Amino acid sequence: MTSIKGFFRGKAAIQPIWLFVIAIFIFFSFMSEYFLSLGNITNILVQTSTIGLIALGMTYVMINGNIDLSVGAILGLAASLAVGLQDHGLTIAIIAALASGMLLGALNGLVVWKTGVNAFIVTLGAMLGIRGLIFLYTGEQSFYSMNFAFADFGASTIGPIPVLAIIFLLCTLVMHLVLTRTGHGRNTFAVGGNPEASIDAGIRLGRHMMINFIIVGFFAALAGVLLASQMGAATPNLGRDYELWTITAVVLGGTKLTGGYGSITGTLGGVLAIGILRNGMNLMQVPAFYVLVVLGVILISVLIIDKKLNVPSTKEVRI
Amino acid sequence: MASAEQTKQPVLKGRVSRAGILGFLSAQGILVFFLLSMFVFSLFSEQFLSQSNIMTVVRQASIIGIIAVGVTVVIIGGNLDLSVGSMLSFATVLVVDLHDKIGPMNAILVMFALTLLLGAVNGFLVGLMRLNSLIVTLAMLSVIQGLVLIYSGGQNVDIANQGGTWFAFFGRGYVLGIAVPVLLFGLLAILVQCLMSYTGYGRRIFAVGGNPMAAVYSGIRKNWCVFSTYLISAFCVACAALVLGSRVMGSQNNVGQGYELLVLAGIILGGTSLLGGAGSIWKTVIGVLILGFIQNGLLLMGYPYYTQWIVTWVIIILAVWLDLANKRKRLLTTHS
Amino acid sequence: MNPVQAITGRQPIDAEPILKLEGITKRFPGVVALNKVDFDVRPGEVHALLGENGAGKSTLMKVLAGKHQANEGRIILGGEEMEFENPKHAKRAGVVLIHQEQSLVPEMTVAENIYLGSLPKKWGNRVDWRRLREDTNRILETLKCSFQHDDLVGSLSIAKKQMVEIARALVFTPRVVVFDEPTASLTDHEKPVLYDVIQSLCEQGVGIVYISHRMDEIFHLSHRISVLRDGEYTGTVNTCSTNEDEVTRMMIGRSLELDHASKPSEFGENMLELRNLSVKRLFTDVSLNVRRGEIIGMYGLVGAGRSEVAETIFGLRSPSGGEILLDGEVVNFRNSHDAVVAGIALVPEDRKDQGLILGMNCRDNMTLAGLKTVSTMGFMKRADERAVYDKYHQAMKIKTPSWRQKVGNLSGGNQQKIVIGKWLHTHPKLLILDEPTRGIDVGSKAEIHALVKDLAKSGYAVLVISSEMPEVLGLSNRIIAMYDGRVTAEFDGDSVSEDELVQAITGMGTPTPAAAVIG
Repeated sequence: MTSIKGFFRGKAAIQPIWLFVIAIFIFFSFMSEYFLSLGNITNILVQTSTIGLIALGMTYVMINGNIDLSVGAILGLAASLAVGLQDHGLTIAIIAALASGMLLGALNGLVVWKTGVNAFIVTLGAMLGIRGLIFLYTGEQSFYSMNFAFADFGASTIGPIPVLAIIFLLCTLVMHLVLTRTGHGRNTFAVGGNPEASIDAGIRLGRHMMINFIIVGFFAALAGVLLASQMGAATPNLGRDYELWTITAVVLGGTKLTGGYGSITGTLGGVLAIGILRNGMNLMQVPAFYVLVVLGVILISVLIIDKKLNVPSTKEVRI
Repeated sequence: MASAEQTKQPVLKGRVSRAGILGFLSAQGILVFFLLSMFVFSLFSEQFLSQSNIMTVVRQASIIGIIAVGVTVVIIGGNLDLSVGSMLSFATVLVVDLHDKIGPMNAILVMFALTLLLGAVNGFLVGLMRLNSLIVTLAMLSVIQGLVLIYSGGQNVDIANQGGTWFAFFGRGYVLGIAVPVLLFGLLAILVQCLMSYTGYGRRIFAVGGNPMAAVYSGIRKNWCVFSTYLISAFCVACAALVLGSRVMGSQNNVGQGYELLVLAGIILGGTSLLGGAGSIWKTVIGVLILGFIQNGLLLMGYPYYTQWIVTWVIIILAVWLDLANKRKRLLTTHS
Repeated sequence: MNPVQAITGRQPIDAEPILKLEGITKRFPGVVALNKVDFDVRPGEVHALLGENGAGKSTLMKVLAGKHQANEGRIILGGEEMEFENPKHAKRAGVVLIHQEQSLVPEMTVAENIYLGSLPKKWGNRVDWRRLREDTNRILETLKCSFQHDDLVGSLSIAKKQMVEIARALVFTPRVVVFDEPTASLTDHEKPVLYDVIQSLCEQGVGIVYISHRMDEIFHLSHRISVLRDGEYTGTVNTCSTNEDEVTRMMIGRSLELDHASKPSEFGENMLELRNLSVKRLFTDVSLNVRRGEIIGMYGLVGAGRSEVAETIFGLRSPSGGEILLDGEVVNFRNSHDAVVAGIALVPEDRKDQGLILGMNCRDNMTLAGLKTVSTMGFMKRADERAVYDKYHQAMKIKTPSWRQKVGNLSGGNQQKIVIGKWLHTHPKLLILDEPTRGIDVGSKAEIHALVKDLAKSGYAVLVISSEMPEVLGLSNRIIAMYDGRVTAEFDGDSVSEDELVQAITGMGTPTPAAAVIG
């Protein structure tokens, strides 16, 4: 038992989610001949890039000890803006979309920082409110992109690899480095791990929180723009439930809801796990709703395994 | 004792009376806000305060309200339940689909049994296995949603003979001129409120939510207490499904989706803290009614329905913020 | 080695104070926490700060360390008047507070914790890991720490965590270091290390402020002693020219005598008997018995397994061997509820985490363990509840304005009385008290001691766990000494000597090697 624990903990630990990713990867390779093709693998990357991009930002926010439920709505608004403002030029539309995400993220962060209201509540409100803003802006209409460059971008490739996959992997790399190597990254951990101590040590807790909300807002908006370019359109209900998927991915990746612990590599694993499961089950012609059940069961299993591995059984009383 | 207090009083007098008003506002602030918003809406629309309109609003709010009553108990016990939305769609699809197949009575019984079973699964995982309630119920949200879709095969279900079944009573019936959903809502709210404030069970739930460790060290069976809160929550969902299924007599697979967040919005607006160990049912009732009246008032004033979401955004944050500000005697936090 | 022996006191150091606090006044809404307090520290001096709980020691130190800002008064550091806006500001000026509560981030490394908020950076806000490692190693060397810079803080023992806190104080060359109850969570083995660190800081000319409840430590370490009472400064004395009595008088306005005489003396049947009770990795073969009307003291160091024995009796841990007999019958509790039903009461070690629901009012806390007795068919009887509260409120002289008061707002002594009242209300057969007076002011301490004796005389079987020798000696009829998960000796409470006790709990002269238990 101790050797198993040592495998998952300690300095050179393998993240359990990656074992799982490898396992299902092998499983589906045997179950479906199409699975292992380059086309399908890049396809998985493209499919996961939307959730994946948001999850990068969400990882920061959750390590920071907060949560953001409004990402789905931010994604929807950014998508609508990116399509709806194309009359004023594509660049302006995209900039406006990304700016809207960062602005709303900043608003969330500012409220959490200055009022001290729990991020769960703040972003729960924002989730409703921003969806209202989308409906207000679109008048409940779907927008279709008349700009073909925009729609083409979503389907374009560099060599054999889709641009969306490249963007996602690049962002993952950058966010990993920022989290592990920079002052902001380390302070994000410190604030999540022990806010009181961080304040005493002079870490500007509020600023770090706000920056992280801006980051997640930016990535949600980016995901929205890219999703809209994939579809060539934006619907007002776009991005519903994405917050739940994102949080699922991040938690699967081992980031703790209580803050102070987590990693981008884990999140990448979590995102890929969801992507591979969806894709693989789709290839095996399992109806889409089974994925919901499987995902939920996996999420709960991860919690149970985590509990069994982490609790030092002698220290804790039976409660 | 009294004399000792009196000797200190003169120095603090000004402060005390101000604290009294603030204290009243912080305790009953949501009620004041409720009355105020009613007043404002009534200025803009004559219809707003009419009896029929009020009854309509309460009836519409009753489904969210019934669920919120149960979730409030879970929250007081120190946990969250995000799976109620999925559970509602599960229960509604089930009761509507089974109505024609095995008869209304059996359908209701099966629906209650299976919904309580789902609650028991939640309770088992959170209470007995002691897993994080947010993630567990998030996962259950996904699982149950999947189960609904698998059960219905993605098809909508409905009741063939909508006119000739006593099942219509729960959603469309009236007793003494009051709509049955409203009665059910009121009854459940009173029942659970009594449970929470007048019984030992309620006291234990408050203790478990306030400090689980100390509750265990006081000989309270914490795990079973938590378990039971999820049963209460599931029971309330089943009641809500009864009303919903009976009102619409048909059900789509995605009915109830997102309800968990509306329910939470109502609870938070009422002033129950998500930290557990505090709160009350009647606050939740008020919170849910405020949401209902805002929706209705805005509609009557000619705004589109989604305006209420934006308004809800602002008032949820304001409500919690002012409550916090009052506790720390300072509007903004001090850290940088 | 043994801190109890060296009650000598040191000669005061004659030098200009490095730090002076003049006329510090701090008001909180409705309360004056500090009223024109003066305090100073000389370089190379250990200046002890004493006072009952709520006397304002912690507030004064928080003002000094920049956590609170004073309403009036001046802080003069090295001849310059300072205004500290936040703890980092104070730290940069050379004033460091070492916290009573751990203020570390468990999931980060030792190095990152030591440099929390001031990580060395390269261009682009990148952390300079090499410099961080080198700087950290330098500090760890001066402290002779046995852990590495890249160990996770969460995996360290409490004593080592404390060393990390101290290491953190050394990042900015400190001029004044405040220790707030540093030994509260240390074992007697670990204390000398702390004393050495304090000694070496003194030699470097750092001024030390030392807050503690433990007289032996204070007389062992300090040069001068200052006392606060109810937010007022009552005076400063040189340690070498005073004694415990005088200091106690300054603290509470009267002197305090431990009453050894009034111990209970009539014992009945065996109420509790443990036969070779064991829990894997925690304790082995613990056998003891407690009779009606008898007080048994369980004495040992923190970590010796005493609390764990209590928790096992209370049904919170399942025994891996041996049996528990209550009133002559073997019992097997599945959880704490069973234990309470069977008539066992446990006043736990940690009042705030285990004993009380801080957000609940006094009455509700008081009746929490015996809800069945104040309800019919599950419905609470308010009048009965009030009656229960009033009864113990009076019997134990709990000072609170009303039963509606949240227990979180009470002082430590009154909180502890509520916990005890909660258990008396269940009319237990066996009362277990785990560190009943830890962190409690001297006045309440004496009251609780008297209460425990009265309870035993009225027929309760009482098991008191404590790491304070005077408490154990003053209360117990018999004393069980524990060391490293085993009972090492049993003594008669009236005839045992202090030396015998110290030997029994530090493992001197016991044949069992520690490894046998741990492995």
